[in-house]
Amino acid sequence: MKKLQQYAPFVIPALVLLFLIGLFARGLFLDPTKVQSPLIGKAAPKFSLPGLYDPARRLDQGIFQGQVSLLNVWGAWCVACQEEHPVLVDLAKRKLLPIYGLDYHDDRTAALAMLQKGGDPYTAILDDASGDVAIDWGVYGAPETFLLDKHGVIRDKFIGPLTPELIEDKLAPEVRALQAETP
Amino acid sequence: MKRLLLAMSFTVAALVTGAALAIDSEPPFTDGALQTRYEALTHEFRCLVCQDETVADSNADLAADFRRQIHDMVAAGRTDAEIKSYMVDRYGDFVLYRPPLRVGTVFLWVGPFLLLAACLVVGYLVVRHRAVDEEDADSP
Repeated sequence: MKKLQQYAPFVIPALVLLFLIGLFARGLFLDPTKVQSPLIGKAAPKFSLPGLYDPARRLDQGIFQGQVSLLNVWGAWCVACQEEHPVLVDLAKRKLLPIYGLDYHDDRTAALAMLQKGGDPYTAILDDASGDVAIDWGVYGAPETFLLDKHGVIRDKFIGPLTPELIEDKLAPEVRALQAETP
Repeated sequence: MKRLLLAMSFTVAALVTGAALAIDSEPPFTDGALQTRYEALTHEFRCLVCQDETVADSNADLAADFRRQIHDMVAAGRTDAEIKSYMVDRYGDFVLYRPPLRVGTVFLWVGPFLLLAACLVVGYLVVRHRAVDEEDADSP
């Protein structure tokens, strides 16, 4: 008992210190810019937006019904989206799943110019000039990519540009798993 | 004295321009009560682009969009609770500048008081220990 009292003043602070070091070490490896979306597991928010190519043609959340699909939020003003663009073009060539685009807060002419120059990976593009629909989807920075199942339910969200590694290791297996689900 | 005056005038200038820079994309409400609610709400939400700023303080495009949406919702007669749940449903608790009291966040709220209590207990024990030692030393 005497021994315990003797060592307690050294052992207890050392344990507290170790606990704090552990806590801070974990904090170092967390990325606070990636905020998990509360929309995962929920149906795609309702919207009605003009198409980018043909503003007279309006599109709504019905486009996600019937097959596993992606919704990629991008803009010609967004540098990371420009970096991501060729990766999306490659993904589209694989015909794994339709990729829908949400052109976020963008100048239509600039967006069309970017697609003409780099290629168009999108099955259809929604023109969200005001950014209101993006807020409904909980978007806070482009690029962001949502993975939706056959019923139009959001199943995963990728914040930041998709990379070939991310597609190989995470996205493609998830897509295959969702495609294997019974309709 | 001169330097003090200079420093003071700089401070005043900074405060004045600071207020002037708080731009609203929408015209202010003519109803003072609505304007107060709108301003209070914009201070309740976090701009997720520049995470340590409130929606009221941030110059980011997203914050401007948030302000416009909050403005429209206040104008449409939505309650503060409705506006808060609108934001939390889309962006999660992190969008609130003050974290809500929940099972997962209890430690955030209670932690500092627990630490304070622990320090007081340790302090009390140390002082008492010392007093006992001194008594021991005094006794023959």
